[in-house]
Parts: sequence; structure tokens; C-alpha cells
Amino acid sequence: MSLLTTSMATRLRRKPPAATKIREPFRDRVFLVVVTIMLAVVLALVLLPLVYIVASSFSSASAVSAGRVSFWPVEFSLHAYRVALTNPQVLQGYYNSLIYAVAGTLISVTLTVAIAYPLSRKTFFGRNVLMTLLIFTMLFSGGLIPTYMVVQDLGMLNTRWALLIPNAIGVFQVIIARTFFANSIPDELYEAAMLDGASELRVLRSVVLPLSKPLLAVLALMYAIYQWNTYFDALVYLKDPDLYPLQIVLRNMLILNQTRPGATDMAQQMEQLQLANVLKYALIVVSSLPVLIIYPFIARHFTKGVMVGAVKG
Amino acid sequence: MAVTTPHPVSLPSGTESPARPGPRRGAPARRRHRRWSQAQRAWRLHWQLYLLVIVPMAYFVIFKYIPMSFAVIAFKDYNVVQGPWGSDWVGLRNFQLLFSNPVFGSLLKNTFILAFYLVLASFPIPIMLALALNEIRKGWFKRTVQMVTYAPYFISTVVVVSMTILVLSPRAGIINQGLGLVGIGPVNFLGEPGWFRHIYVWSDVWQTAGYSAVIYMAALAGIDPALHESAKIDGASRLQRIRHVDLPGIMPTAVIILILGVGNMMAIGFEKAYLLQNDLNLAQSEIIATYVYKTGLINADFSMATAVGLFNSVVNLCLLLAVNFAAKRITGNGLWR
Repeated sequence: MSLLTTSMATRLRRKPPAATKIREPFRDRVFLVVVTIMLAVVLALVLLPLVYIVASSFSSASAVSAGRVSFWPVEFSLHAYRVALTNPQVLQGYYNSLIYAVAGTLISVTLTVAIAYPLSRKTFFGRNVLMTLLIFTMLFSGGLIPTYMVVQDLGMLNTRWALLIPNAIGVFQVIIARTFFANSIPDELYEAAMLDGASELRVLRSVVLPLSKPLLAVLALMYAIYQWNTYFDALVYLKDPDLYPLQIVLRNMLILNQTRPGATDMAQQMEQLQLANVLKYALIVVSSLPVLIIYPFIARHFTKGVMVGAVKG
Repeated sequence: MAVTTPHPVSLPSGTESPARPGPRRGAPARRRHRRWSQAQRAWRLHWQLYLLVIVPMAYFVIFKYIPMSFAVIAFKDYNVVQGPWGSDWVGLRNFQLLFSNPVFGSLLKNTFILAFYLVLASFPIPIMLALALNEIRKGWFKRTVQMVTYAPYFISTVVVVSMTILVLSPRAGIINQGLGLVGIGPVNFLGEPGWFRHIYVWSDVWQTAGYSAVIYMAALAGIDPALHESAKIDGASRLQRIRHVDLPGIMPTAVIILILGVGNMMAIGFEKAYLLQNDLNLAQSEIIATYVYKTGLINADFSMATAVGLFNSVVNLCLLLAVNFAAKRITGNGLWR
């Protein structure tokens, strides 16, 4: 039945009835052409820097250093990737970032649901007070140093916990989750579950969460991408290089130019320098790839999440 | 640290809740009594949920509210041995030192100009992008533009900054290659303070315009098609329909985004400014956030750094409230009622 209707719908869309195809006035057609050209320019402006980076990463070190690469690889070479993917710092960073992303996401999603679900219940006495307390932290904060002092007092400095706990809950994510629970779980379900004698936690586990998979996906994505991309907490709280997430490793290698040249003679040093340069392009590709590969599949959910959050809570 | 969240049930119940319309004839005592019994009923019904919120609320107390109380060290001469509460009071000395510091003027100026520039550039561009995307037919081109402009949002700040540095590199960067073709000598963009703001703002627009446009796209999709139909019948051109149908339609969304943008102005990204900074462009790239980091964590002057941070937070809060007030006056839309 539904299959039939969708096929009918596509047929209708493909062949619009003649009546709806009114020719647009001349000025509107000109306007559309201008808009399309503008969008094409925007597309190029966003895309070309990315193309340049990718093209350089596949080029030889000498071609990149001489500035001969524009939007297509020159003297195709995978050398930079080979070096990037065997660099112990990069591998350790990758491994650490994976840990932070997975553990951080688990902690964050759990805590966010734990606060957002009760706040979504209309009969939860005190929800307005709690919500105000949460929102206030968005408007005002103690600042960097006082937060640092708390983390220090808790003994979290220079441990993995420092990246997982101090920013575990985002108020914005709580608002998204609360709005989702409030709007998409009908009150009748709660009543029915209560009549069946289910406890509150049972309702959450067996009724609410199974119905909230899209929300959980959005929250997990937001937190995972945050953990993967952030470097500030690591910069402030970590000193031990073995704990560094990928972004800090990248910062040291890409921006502070801290690759370790072990060369002795001039020619070798020159080569090392050139390699360090092309390595940057490869590192950019390697580190952004996981997110950019999954991005097309998650973009829709992400958008939806932003929408829900945009609704005034 | 013990979990000291006041139990939600015993939350102050004497205050009036404006959200609850009801008969107002009862004496305050009676009202208090009614709220008390309400709380009791909620506890019987939801006691498991109250247990559930203890951990997240403890998080907010420990990592948000306790730091707020630690901000008192802005008024003290903090030393580690005596702790934030035991250290000696110095009144407003830290603030006096800060305001009389010759660096302060340029800090404030750099932060304000950068923040204003950022809001000015990153507010209208997503709107224009969304309006343009909304005009063209559904198809591969529209999908491609959307996908590609959205993608940079998912790239980390570190990578965006490195890309910026590489693209603008005076020796091999693609921009200077292009400038070389038209005979302009290599420009050391990151080495000249004058370029810092443009680089900061436009790389930010590059990264977030597509993402921000999504919100406006949704608002545009929510506009009643009948409005467009009737405008068309009245002979309105596409441009006129954008002006008189689309723009008013997305106005409430735009106002909220603008308020949030201005509200976050002073909280302007430490992450990016710090990465783009170097000794050469410091004259314009040193902003309050980077100064706090350096004073506090590199020079270990906790009290001074906290004072600067507190000053920043207060200015930020005032800005947010002011913009919210103005927006409510002018357009009738605000963050809260």
C-alpha cells in the first residue's frame, strides 16, 4: 500500500501536470541565474581550500615546498601518508582520542538523559528551579582559573578524567533532550505504564529510551564530535604526552612545527624539512577523515537535533 | 567532595511561581502549604527520578557553581597554602592593577573589534546563503552546495587553523601562488597584525556559514506557501517575495540567533585566537581569553587571571541582557518572556 503511494508520488513529481508549469517572468529567470552563479562561487570558495590540501597531501615533498601544487597532485606520492600513519605520536593520539570519544560520549549521554528526562516531566516538582539553575550556567561562569582549581582539588589534573568529566554535560544538549522527551512521548504512555505497575526507572528504560533512539543518536554524535575536535581542555589539564588527544598532537606538529628531525648533514636536514611540510597536509586529511566520512550519513540527524534545540525551551 | 545538592523536595517553596496561574485568594501560608503538598505528591510519584538527577545536579554544582564561588579570589591575594577562602582580601586591587595596566586598553579594543567584526560578518551571510538555496530548484546542485558548505563545521579548530596557515603560507601557499601570478609579491598574512582579524573572521565564516544556514532553511520551510502563492498572484517578483515574505518569516529566528551571537561575543573563542597567534601579530591577536590563559596558567597569577575572567563574564552578561532587552523592544522577540 505504502509502496504504491510512494511510486505514485515519484511519478507525479517526475511528470508535473502541464498546468503548473507556468513560465516565470524574465526578471525572475535572470534573478535565478544570478543566484545560481553566486552559489557556484560559494561552492568553489568552500571546496577549493579542501581540494588544495588533499592535492598537496598526495604530492611529493619537493613539489609542495616549491609551491608547485595547486588543485591537482604534482609528482604523485604516498610518502607523506606512510610517514603520518607510522608516526608513534600520531598513533598514540589517535588511540587516546578514540578512548576520549567513546568514554566521553557514554558518560555525557547518560548524564544528559538523567537530567533531561526528569526535567521533561510536567509533574516533576522543582523542574523550573532546576532548569533556571542550568540555564544560568550558560550565561555566567566562574571562568578558566576557578574551574581549573576545582579540577585540581579533585585530583583530576593530568589524568584522563580531566577530559571526560569537567565538560560532561552541555546545557544546550539538555535542552534538546528535554524538548524531545516533552514533545514526542505522549502522556498517555506514562499513564499506561503506571497502570501496569512499572516504576519510573522501568518506564525510562523500557518505554522512553526505546522511543528516543533518534535523540540518543543526535546526542552521541554531538558529544563524540566535540570530544574528537576539542583541544582546549587537554591543553589546560594535561601534561603527560602519553595522554594527549590527537588534536594536541596535531597542534604540536602542525602549528608549533615540533617534528623531531634526527638528521645530521645538510642535505638530509633539507629533506626532513620538506617532509615535515608535506606531512602536515597528510595529517590534516588523516585526522579529519573519520568525521568527514561519516558526516554525510549523520548530517540529517544533526540538523534535526539543531532544529529541536532551536525551538524555544 | 560530598554531594551537597539540596534535595529537590526541600527546595525553597515560599516563592510564587509565575508559571502557575491559579486562584490568588489564599493567604501566603496556605499557598505554602499547597506547594508543600504538591512537592510531597511529586516525591511519592517520582522519587526515583529525584534520585536520578542527583548525579547530574552534583556535576553542575561542582563544575559550574563551585567555580563561581571560587571567583572570589579575584578580590583576594590568592595563595595555594591558604586556599581560596583563607587567602587575604585585597578588595579591588586586582581590578585597579588591571585597569591601569597599559595592556588592558589594547586587550579590550582587540576583543571588542574582533567580536563585533565576527558578529557583523557571520550573522548576515548564513541568511543570504539560506535565502539563495531556498530559491533554486531541488536537485543535485542544491544538495551539493548544502553538503559541501555544511562539511567544514565538522573539522576541528586545530585543523582549520593549520589549513589557514598552509593556504596563506608566504612560500608555498595557494593564495600567494595566485597573487604571484598577478605580480603581487608574497604577503606574510599571519606575520602582519593588520591581517589577523580578517583571517580570524573569514575562516570562521568559511567554517560555520553552511551550518548556520541550516537553521534558517528550516525557518524558511516553515513559511506558509499560501503567502508565496498570493504574492505571486499579486505579481511580486522573486526578489520582492524574499523581501516581503521570506525575510519577515525568518525574523524571529534571526533575532534569537543574533541575541545568542552577541551574548557569546565576549566569550569569543580562545581556541582559535590562541592558535592563530604568533609573536608577530600579537598586537592585534591578544584578546582577553588568551591573556587570561597566559596570566593564569603560564605565569600562575591566579587572582589576576580570575579578575580578568570575571570582568569578561560580567561584560558578557550585561551585553546579553542589553541586546535581549533591545530586541524585545524592537521586534517583540526575546530569549525569554
